[in-house]
Amino acid sequence: MVNDLARWQFATTIIYHFFFVPVTIGLAFLVAVLQTAWYRTDNPDYKRMTRFFGTLLLINVAIGVVTGLVQEFQFGMNWATYSRFVGGVFGAPLAMEGILAFFLESTFIGLWLFGWNHLPKRVHLATIWAVSIGSLLSALFILVANSWMQHPVGYRLNKSGNAVLTNVWALFVNPTFVWGYAHVILASLITGSLVMLAVSAWYLRKQRHIESFHRTAKVALIVLIPAIVIQLTVGNQLGEIEGHYQPMKIAAAEAQWTNCRPCSFSVFQIGGGANDKTPSQIILVPHLLSVLATGTWSGPVTGLNQLQAQYQARFGPGNYVPDVFIQYWSMRVMAYLGSLVLLLALWGGWLLYRGKLRSARLFLLLSVWAVVTPFLMNTAGWLLTESGRQPWIVQGLQKTVNANSPSVSATEIWISLSAFVVSYIVLGAADLYLMLRYSRHGLAQADAEAAEPSEAPGAAVPALTY
Amino acid sequence: MQLHTIWFILIVILWLGFFVLDGFDFGVGALHMLIGRTDTERRVVINTIGPWWDGNEVWLIVAGGAMFAAFPGWYATLFSAGYLALVLVLVALFARGVSFEYRGKRDDPRWRAGWSWAQTIGSILVPLLLGVALGDLLNGLPINQNHDFTGDFFDLLTGYGLMTGVTLLTLCLLHGATFLTLRTTGEIRDRARAAGRVIGLVAIVINVAWVIWTLVVMGGGTVPQPTQIFGVIAVIFAALLVNTNYNGWAFASSAFAIAAAIGQIFIALYPNVMVSSTNTAYNLTVNNVVSGHYALVVMTIVAVLFLPIVLLYQGWSFHVFRQRLSAPPASAEAPGGGEQLATQP
Ligand code: HDD
Ligand code: HEM
Ligand code: HEM
Repeated sequence: MVNDLARWQFATTIIYHFFFVPVTIGLAFLVAVLQTAWYRTDNPDYKRMTRFFGTLLLINVAIGVVTGLVQEFQFGMNWATYSRFVGGVFGAPLAMEGILAFFLESTFIGLWLFGWNHLPKRVHLATIWAVSIGSLLSALFILVANSWMQHPVGYRLNKSGNAVLTNVWALFVNPTFVWGYAHVILASLITGSLVMLAVSAWYLRKQRHIESFHRTAKVALIVLIPAIVIQLTVGNQLGEIEGHYQPMKIAAAEAQWTNCRPCSFSVFQIGGGANDKTPSQIILVPHLLSVLATGTWSGPVTGLNQLQAQYQARFGPGNYVPDVFIQYWSMRVMAYLGSLVLLLALWGGWLLYRGKLRSARLFLLLSVWAVVTPFLMNTAGWLLTESGRQPWIVQGLQKTVNANSPSVSATEIWISLSAFVVSYIVLGAADLYLMLRYSRHGLAQADAEAAEPSEAPGAAVPALTY
Repeated sequence: MQLHTIWFILIVILWLGFFVLDGFDFGVGALHMLIGRTDTERRVVINTIGPWWDGNEVWLIVAGGAMFAAFPGWYATLFSAGYLALVLVLVALFARGVSFEYRGKRDDPRWRAGWSWAQTIGSILVPLLLGVALGDLLNGLPINQNHDFTGDFFDLLTGYGLMTGVTLLTLCLLHGATFLTLRTTGEIRDRARAAGRVIGLVAIVINVAWVIWTLVVMGGGTVPQPTQIFGVIAVIFAALLVNTNYNGWAFASSAFAIAAAIGQIFIALYPNVMVSSTNTAYNLTVNNVVSGHYALVVMTIVAVLFLPIVLLYQGWSFHVFRQRLSAPPASAEAPGGGEQLATQP
């Protein structure tokens, strides 16, 4: 009970955190690009777009920051046994994240926000790039930590049985990390550019501020197209890596109960979530699974039943198969929606090339709605990653059921879970409300602020920023 | 010096940095409705900390992260013991953190009043509750031989813990007031001075009482240590100076007073990091909760290389926004969000 509640709490709070994080990483980069364009061209249009999307970024960061705080405390609160066990390894990247990333990001976001008309133009441009770099670094360190849970490296167990670090470099060259980081950063760029594309498309459809939003739609597409193309490749590579280190995860993602060679990829199936049930409807693509999982035409994939037997022989009795339904569908949500986004992006690129973007009504309509897809793909990706690691909290070393805080009762977790859920609903509603309001009316405000009298460094501060 | 001592000191420095820096944010946040009468004035008050509060809060995150990395057992026991109190701290931090960004985004009195209350309550609760937690470290909590907390929420509310919380809260309020006298002009500054004078007197009384109680907790026959004596003197200085033109000195005094308060708790604690009220044999000490040697070496290198850089750019950010703020004269106020603020060097 305590364990389940703690898991629910972790899952809820981190998924929520990760709604905002990729938007921050992606938009910070794109806003920095827009501001660089303004710096280079001196075209005031880029300035107003920088301010407009900058405000959206800030509304979003506010929640990213406070929900991140929960994550930082939560390991100790709910997972004390885990924290004692892994702290010697896992704590280091977390502390580095604070020192190298959070300080950078939060100090420079203050400088950027209050520095308009106050800092020299070039310095002010540097501050937004510092924010972007800070957000990229924070993802880096947290993923180093998370990848260690997927594939522990560079450690030994000390005499009290806790993990202690022996090689910090190993953490940073962990293949799970290297590919996972590339995947997350691309996902963030995709998320940010789809948000920017959606807002721009909305304005283009309403035929308002056409020149400005055509520009941002173009920037968004220029980032989106390569990002999604590379992402699909990186995703496949990541699947191969995981298939190597966490074979259960990938076998479950394919609902592959028995050994196969060559292996077909199931595009769709109903049933098959437990090994006594055979899927009732199934569409198969021959050889595709072999290609995806092993990179060869007819490579073998070990089935869940065989893996379960191997794990039992190695770790003792128990169930080592993760939730197959979650695995199967989260993989497909990510891959299918990703492919749809690829098509959308290519279509947009073609329209851009032909100079027809501003009047392509159907494309613009679809682009507005496409804004939901990155959130679904991101959540699915993390469900695949985290749920696929179960029953382990640290692969092969500690089980989730053994990781709790002994001193925390179910009542306490009920209280905290309710408190967080209620707060998150309130915060989320406020955020969504402001995001939509600003997306629709924010440009006038950005213009008013941009029309401030003095541009000289050291001149008046825009006092009522907050 | 041994590495675990260095890391104990570093963690103390991180807590000091958090309370000295975010301390004035809490003070300003808690006082902003009192000191700003109109909406514009309130915005001015909030803007005095606008560029910095987020960077200041990171000191807390890093303090937590450093405890996790250097003393995993300490992090695990403290955070799971303080469970419900921490939930409250987090909710208070949500309220405060989001209110900065969201309050001004809609021109509606009820929306603004709502976020103002969130800011005020959040800013009061955080130093109060964290103060309780710090007091409990020293005073002791029921902890068993496995280093697990065996009490419940009400066991956290020890008399000494509560007193520590109240002390830190008043110090933060005083610190906020001295900060505002330094950062504003005109009526806002006058009100901050008036508030600072009253808070200052209260802070002196509470601080003296708390120091005496600390001596009792530390054990019979202990004489006051320099940190404690200088801490009390600093509070007195801050209280006296807040109403003068020596704003910088007043601010420095209140900063020192907070640092001394946090410092004396940790000095009294060392080499323990958490005291067990069940049996002193179960105390958590720097030795029995420390992480591996290699990890500490790595972390020391990272801290030595990068913390000075952090200090440099945070210092630069304080330098950039050093001008005083004041509310624009009523006639100059434009409707909507685009107003301009007069600044004086
Ligand atoms: C826009 C977002 C997005 C898109 C289009 C994709 N993914 Fe993804 N995926 C993520 C967003 C994401 C993520 C949320 O960022 C995850 C969660 C953990 C991680 O490292 O990235 C993830 C995880 C993740 C994992 C698990 C990694 C692990 O266990 O550590 C695999 C195997 C894949 N992805 C594979 C794919 C494939 C084969 C894709 C397309 C063909 C794909 N992803 C598209
Ligand atoms: C469970 C682990 C996690 C913890 C402990 C954590 C912690 C935090 C904290 C404390 C903050 C606030 C920083 C501030 O005040 O400036 C934050 C924000 C952030 N986190 Fe997380 N986080 C976690 C997961 C993630 C993941 C998985 C990513 C990215 C892949 C990420 C990326 C970010 C970014 C970019 C920010 C800053 C911008 C924003 O908040 O929107 N975090 N996180
Ligand atoms: C931001 C993206 C992340 C998401 C969406 C996510 C999602 C989840 C989910 C859904 C669970 C519950 C798994 C289950 O019950 O089957 C979980 C558990 C957990 N995750 Fe993650 N996770 C993320 C990142 C991280 C990171 C970066 C870390 C570590 C640094 C982490 C550490 C954990 C821990 C400790 C648990 C609890 C134990 C467990 O149930 O496995 N997660 N996460």
